[in-house]
Amino acid sequence: MLKQMEGSKAVAEAVALCRPEVICAYPISPQTHIVEGLGELVKSGELKNCEYINVESEFAAMSVAIGASAGGARSYTATASQGLLFMAEAVYNASGLGLPIVMTVANRAIGAPINIWNDHSDSLSQRDCGWLQLFAETNQEALDLHIQAFKLAEELSMPVMVCMDGFILTHAYERVDMPTQAQVDQFLPPYEPRQVLDPNDPVSIGAMVGPEAFMEVRYLAHAKQMQALERIPQLGTEFKQIFGRESGGLTRSYRADDAETIVIAMGSVLGTIKDTVDAMRDAGHKIGVLGITSYRPFPIEQVRAALKSCKRFVVLEKSLAVGLGGIVATDVRMAVTGMGLKGYTVIAGLGGRAITVTSLTGIFEKAMRENLELVNFLDLDWKAVNKQLEREKQTRRSGPIAEALLRDVGAAGTRNY
Amino acid sequence: MSDLQPVKFYQTGTFTVGNRLLAPEERSVQANMQRTNSLNSGHRACQGCGEALGARYAIDAAMNATNRQLIAANATGCLEVFSTPYPETSWQIPWIHSLFGNAAAVATGLSAAMKVKGKKDVRVVAQGGDGGTTDIGFGCLSGMFERNDDVLYICYDNEAYMNTGVQRSSATPPAARTATTMPLGSEPGAPFGQGKFVPAIAMAHEIPYVATATVADLRDLEAKVTKAMSFRGARYIHILVPCPLGWGTASHDTIRMARLAKETGMFPVFEAEYGELKSALAIRRQLPVEEYLRPQKRFAHLFGKTPAVETIARIQAQADKNIRRYGLMAKEAAL
Repeated sequence: MLKQMEGSKAVAEAVALCRPEVICAYPISPQTHIVEGLGELVKSGELKNCEYINVESEFAAMSVAIGASAGGARSYTATASQGLLFMAEAVYNASGLGLPIVMTVANRAIGAPINIWNDHSDSLSQRDCGWLQLFAETNQEALDLHIQAFKLAEELSMPVMVCMDGFILTHAYERVDMPTQAQVDQFLPPYEPRQVLDPNDPVSIGAMVGPEAFMEVRYLAHAKQMQALERIPQLGTEFKQIFGRESGGLTRSYRADDAETIVIAMGSVLGTIKDTVDAMRDAGHKIGVLGITSYRPFPIEQVRAALKSCKRFVVLEKSLAVGLGGIVATDVRMAVTGMGLKGYTVIAGLGGRAITVTSLTGIFEKAMRENLELVNFLDLDWKAVNKQLEREKQTRRSGPIAEALLRDVGAAGTRNY
Repeated sequence: MSDLQPVKFYQTGTFTVGNRLLAPEERSVQANMQRTNSLNSGHRACQGCGEALGARYAIDAAMNATNRQLIAANATGCLEVFSTPYPETSWQIPWIHSLFGNAAAVATGLSAAMKVKGKKDVRVVAQGGDGGTTDIGFGCLSGMFERNDDVLYICYDNEAYMNTGVQRSSATPPAARTATTMPLGSEPGAPFGQGKFVPAIAMAHEIPYVATATVADLRDLEAKVTKAMSFRGARYIHILVPCPLGWGTASHDTIRMARLAKETGMFPVFEAEYGELKSALAIRRQLPVEEYLRPQKRFAHLFGKTPAVETIARIQAQADKNIRRYGLMAKEAAL
């Protein structure tokens, strides 16, 4: 059924269609509308047989989800940014225990300086935690990925994060095709875990594992993600059969067949990139796009295949590996090992900095001329940065970076030292 | 305790109750040949471990009270480490260990799962040491209390982080030596004026049931666990479990130390319902705190060439305050 609605509300409705049995809610922007929406559905009686728990922190949110999942209930929570970091210990624990929890991450920057706007620093900081991470490009895809995520998580007995850009998607009102309960029920069978905590068949879960078996346990987590590389495309096909549309998968190419330059990105920025590429194609440039939907597991083979005929690639990412460059770019470079491609990293949109078609066109043109650094920062205010670096050269003195910089960009409440 | 324990025979000098003097239905859970041994033999606890004893008493009683329909969530700590070295387990009940600081929240999740799955007869306990309860797990504990989730949380309090090598927790008593409160300087050992008594904080949440107990009084402990299982909602039992390693006491003195803690007023044994004190175990023969402190090496610096008379007096004052506050010498306390 076609509906015009906020991304968060669409996700809330889609999650409700998945019949979650325990929902842990803790507010943090820009995720809050999702748990608010679910709370309303539970309280109104629309979502039945579901315990909605207002917890006291994100750490508790994930911990309650761990208990609920181990007790045999389909469990869901949502978070972002600082919240994801605050629950990090439990995030690793959930995957270590192999509990198929689904969590929405409404991607947001990490402070300090505190910033509520979108980038991918939060979920990418949990890159190696063992969770699968699926990135949505649109609200429709965010909705669809949640339905797929429960099935994937429960088949693999591993938790899945569905990542959607904070505000850009969560707060955008767009048209979505909301599935029916019958469709979701056809796609997603009830949660029937192999091992639950049951007094009639007692098991101990979470024992201390020493050097004799720890590596094997970790390897099995890796092996599950490798299985997911096969399962994710199949789920996309099964999804299409029931819901009638393409959604999910590992990667998606756009106008890339004869492209000499391929831009790689994740999330909603792919829309802007596609618009840019359309215009550049019209101007005769051979440029295309590769969108990565599955960040974990990382689809090495698919990335290699997608880049096999191009000359160069540009990874445009909303994240920064401080002291190195790109996070996604590092994975892409590993994937293309030995292919002899030129590769550029563009760090863009941190803390919600707008990514415009004009700026993208400029940097892609530079890439095509092979006139880019290895690591580039889109629309960085070099004047402000250089001034601060110059000052630091003259007097070595520790102090808050943001406040020193803000003094120059004219923010109130700062004074000269 | 009152209704559950109508008969008490005390043998001179030991304060123990002989089961053979009681009718079979009044005998302790532990005395029963069919006891469940929830924490089975073969675990790796130290000799004389108060926590192992307390955990078996408590969980056996909870199993008995719930017709064995019981699940446990365990915080990281000694109890977790010594009971489940992979691939072995000593637990006879379904049991999960997640993290150090989240046992209460995991139990909330389990309780929610049981409810949503229609398993209303399956009950949930969470358990942890004092570090996992009063320090790192305190946020989750308070959250579970405040929501009145249907969980019995049991804290086995041995007054320091024993699993990591005896470091100070917020349950460590003043003057006690730990690896992070060494008996050095002008105020040797743990400082005065710090720490918290979580049973009182639990009462402030006005949850249905709060109780303290020690491993010295098995019947009292069993009765309190049994009573706790008769309530729905959040419940808290705080059990003093001496640690021979951390306290520097002989392993055969664990129960004696627990009894001395109670008889000196150092550890008040009481129960409360919905935030109100209901009863306290009377001190039968009050002893000076010195009797309790002297056998413990963690307090050895108080009894050197020049005894720390002033410090001992300050500790005595704390015991006296407990006695006043919880009515431990009152006649009506002698239930």
